[in-house]
Amino acid sequence: MESGLSLEAIQTIASAATITIGAIAPAVAIGWIGSKGVEAIGRNPESAGKVQTSMILAIAFSEAIAIYALVIALIVKFV
Amino acid sequence: MEISLAAEKIGHIGSLPVTNSMILSWIASLFLAVVAFLASLKVSLIPTKVQNFFEAIIEFLYDTANSVLEDEKATRKYFPLVATLFIFIITNNWLGLLPGVGTIGINEISREGHEILVPILRSGNADLNMTLALAIITMIAVQVFGVVAIGTFKYAKKFFNFSGVIEFFVGILELLGEFAKIVSFSFRLFGNIFAGEVLLVVIAFLVAYIAPLPFMFLELFVGFIQALVFTMLALVFIKGAISEAH
Repeated sequence: MESGLSLEAIQTIASAATITIGAIAPAVAIGWIGSKGVEAIGRNPESAGKVQTSMILAIAFSEAIAIYALVIALIVKFV
Repeated sequence: MEISLAAEKIGHIGSLPVTNSMILSWIASLFLAVVAFLASLKVSLIPTKVQNFFEAIIEFLYDTANSVLEDEKATRKYFPLVATLFIFIITNNWLGLLPGVGTIGINEISREGHEILVPILRSGNADLNMTLALAIITMIAVQVFGVVAIGTFKYAKKFFNFSGVIEFFVGILELLGEFAKIVSFSFRLFGNIFAGEVLLVVIAFLVAYIAPLPFMFLELFVGFIQALVFTMLALVFIKGAISEAH
């Protein structure tokens, strides 16, 4: 007789936990980057172009971490 | 509702398996080739509306490249690769949102035994092979551009720096970083587009009418942003590779 959780139950729980915990840090990071970027533009509107480029780059880098967590969650659930 | 992480194989050409995302990327390449040919037929000094549209796209890409590279000559040299990356990725992303992609398919028996639908078309970048190929091409191109711009010896000195112990380890980390960039490029694009597809499937499964609309807008936006981010990151790495070590 099988005792404990089935494989499918563990897969679902693990997949949900992965993406939930994995998205906390990137969300905080993107908020931080955005706020610093807007602050920099407000202080020096002439440098808006340069600041915007760096800001978008930094946001893309930190979002990639959330995407890694999402891909692992999908792999755990569906493979 | 079936979601497959890997792109499903539809057929074979000789011994090479053909997946559904390959078919859509062929369609995208054909579409771009035809559009490019038609756009270059009648080019006049005073642009018509159609020519104006294409000029706007090229101007946007050229200004983006210029703002990152900050050197007119460098922009002219590296513009073709970078613009191609952007146009190819955005076309693949947006073509994957058309009705019929992911829904029209063949009924097959899966390995577990029940019947599933295998779609004939799937977003081109929702296949890790495709994004990995783009990432490898970009990173190899960055290395080649660096070597051509500043010479093999100076470029190798960025990674194999024997002027001190700390500098040596920093160089090794930089070398490792180049491989990490390949992984990060491919997973960023794959994750965004594949997750978008899964999101649309789930939303359409839950509420079939009206509710998928904002998510379609989100996917349009994400498709554009991911193409832009890929391009800008490629530009930043090119700029890092062609500049002398400080």
